[in-house]
Amino acid sequence: MFKHHLKLLASTAALLLAANASAQAPLKIGMVVETSGAFADFGMQMMNGARAYMKAHGDTVAGRKVELIVKDTTGVPDVAKRVAQELVTNDKVDFLAGFGLTPSALAVAPLATEAKKPMIVMNAAASVITTRSPYIARVSFTLPQVTAPMATWALRNGIKKVYTLVADYGPGIDAETQFKKTFTAGGGQIVGDVRTPMRNPEFAPFLQRIKDARPQAVFVFLPAGEQAVGFMKGFAERELDKAGIKLIATGDVTEDGVIDAMGDAPLGVITTQHYSVAHDSAENKAFLKAYAEVAGTKQRANFMAVGAWDGMAAMYEVARRLNGNIDGDKAMEVLKGMKIDSPRGPLTIDPATRDPIETIYVRKVEKAKDGKLYNVEFDQFQNVKDPTK
Amino acid sequence: MITSFLGVLFDGLAYGMLLFLISVGLSVTLGLMNFINLAHGAFAMLGGYVCVLALQRWGLPFYLMLPLAFLLSALAGLLLERVLYRHLYRRSHLDQVLATIGLTFMAIASANYFFGPMQQPVQVPQFLSGQISVAGVDLNLYRGFLLAAGAALTLALTLALERTRFGASVRAAVDRPRVAEALGIRVGLVFQVTFAVGCGLAGLGGALGVQVLGLDPAFPLKFIVYFLLVVAVGGTSGLKGPLYAALLLGVIDVAGKYYIPEIGAFIIYAMMVILLVLRPQGLISRK
Repeated sequence: MFKHHLKLLASTAALLLAANASAQAPLKIGMVVETSGAFADFGMQMMNGARAYMKAHGDTVAGRKVELIVKDTTGVPDVAKRVAQELVTNDKVDFLAGFGLTPSALAVAPLATEAKKPMIVMNAAASVITTRSPYIARVSFTLPQVTAPMATWALRNGIKKVYTLVADYGPGIDAETQFKKTFTAGGGQIVGDVRTPMRNPEFAPFLQRIKDARPQAVFVFLPAGEQAVGFMKGFAERELDKAGIKLIATGDVTEDGVIDAMGDAPLGVITTQHYSVAHDSAENKAFLKAYAEVAGTKQRANFMAVGAWDGMAAMYEVARRLNGNIDGDKAMEVLKGMKIDSPRGPLTIDPATRDPIETIYVRKVEKAKDGKLYNVEFDQFQNVKDPTK
Repeated sequence: MITSFLGVLFDGLAYGMLLFLISVGLSVTLGLMNFINLAHGAFAMLGGYVCVLALQRWGLPFYLMLPLAFLLSALAGLLLERVLYRHLYRRSHLDQVLATIGLTFMAIASANYFFGPMQQPVQVPQFLSGQISVAGVDLNLYRGFLLAAGAALTLALTLALERTRFGASVRAAVDRPRVAEALGIRVGLVFQVTFAVGCGLAGLGGALGVQVLGLDPAFPLKFIVYFLLVVAVGGTSGLKGPLYAALLLGVIDVAGKYYIPEIGAFIIYAMMVILLVLRPQGLISRK
């Protein structure tokens, strides 16, 4: 009899221990990011942003130690899907997060629905993403959201004839469509458009074509990085500015992480976006300080790092509100309508679309006292929603 | 109409010359030595990073940076030839491809480790930036410089190969290694020097090219298609084939993007298919 009791006691204790262990098991965040290949700087920025958040806010939330499990998509959607699958089945992560590129986010979306895993999009910006799974919430921006204010601003400032140039993939087409819509609705005229291939090291002929068409301005969206650098150089070399053609763009083109690689070419370029390192606020200062502690001072932060920072903030908040027990459906309820004090300014996750509602700033590239170029904000559009939904 | 055509022609020739400059080293190793060096792009990338370091960090002038990029890439080629490449000369082409593509991945990872994944700041030097207008056609100065550099390099290489004793030894060593050896030509040494020159040229092309193409660790893989395109279409005997191929592809690519931008990006590949169907051995082939 006694022996039997002992056995029961032991198994109960074991059970209790197991239960206790699961309550204190680490909070696993599967980071699906690009850390190699042509978009490796996307992953670097997002990981720096996420680690900076953990540095500033501690690595424990709701009694659980936060663990980032990093998987490289190499920029290929199929790989993104495979590593996300591994994260869900092998690592049993609580959240899927990251996603620098739209195609990767789209590839993982069905998996999020199937596994009921909250999926936090920290960068990818094609409008359609959040419609592909009810478990997706986005803390970055959408292209139509930053593009529409650019068209409105251009109209207000006497620009009537515009040529558009966008990269030929989802977000590029989003940007082109939205710009044309807002610009022509306000009485502007599109004098030409071109979609440039994703693998395209040579912008010269496209730029020449635009120069010959003599518009008042050219509107550009290109993914941040190599293409933006190549375009900017070509624009300056071909002296489109001296031909009286203004450059207006989404913030991707003069993005903080690559602007140092452009020389003085982008001086005076007008862009619209949600974040600039030059943004003046206490939250931004705290973010930049933590970023520098993680990444050093040589590498500048950019909007992707802010996206990751805010994504971490959202997941920490979900963990706190659910006392550390992450359930997909409950997590989504918490995320809908969540307000975040972001380094970019206030941000609300739209309960209807799970896309961010935020301020879009109009910025001009200027040289600061330290001799470097910054996107200096001089006008803003508040509480901008994705206009396509 | 005619001025825009002349402008397109100039840009096309300059772009073609750029393709030639970054591929000419591969023509040397593949064409002369019959060795498939897919790590060619890694040497070009090395030249690119030398360019960035020399101009930004060491403050060297542009005209001193170019020979330095050549020399350091050649040196790297020489070292790798001693320890790795010489063992692959007699192996099958598949082995060469596998070994050198592996080397490319190692180079990419190393560049990522030392320089980070971001784009490097490369700027055309002040005296070569901007445009001049000649008879109503806007000519970009740096592209003009690329044209001149490519022409000078072609001339120098052709002379070196066809008119010098070393050039004769190279041709002899490639065509009949055993006879050449019997005649007292040190075939091993000849190959070593030729390989180093090929790598040096890759570095030089990289240093010249990154001003237009940009530079990050993915460089060797991003442009491998273009190197191979030029060499495949041009044929592997001598330098004329790749030169003509590069110029032709450059002009067609730029003209396609200018006149029919909707399909502009595919034209270069369509042209490759057509040329390879018409002349499977390349534009200029060995008899």
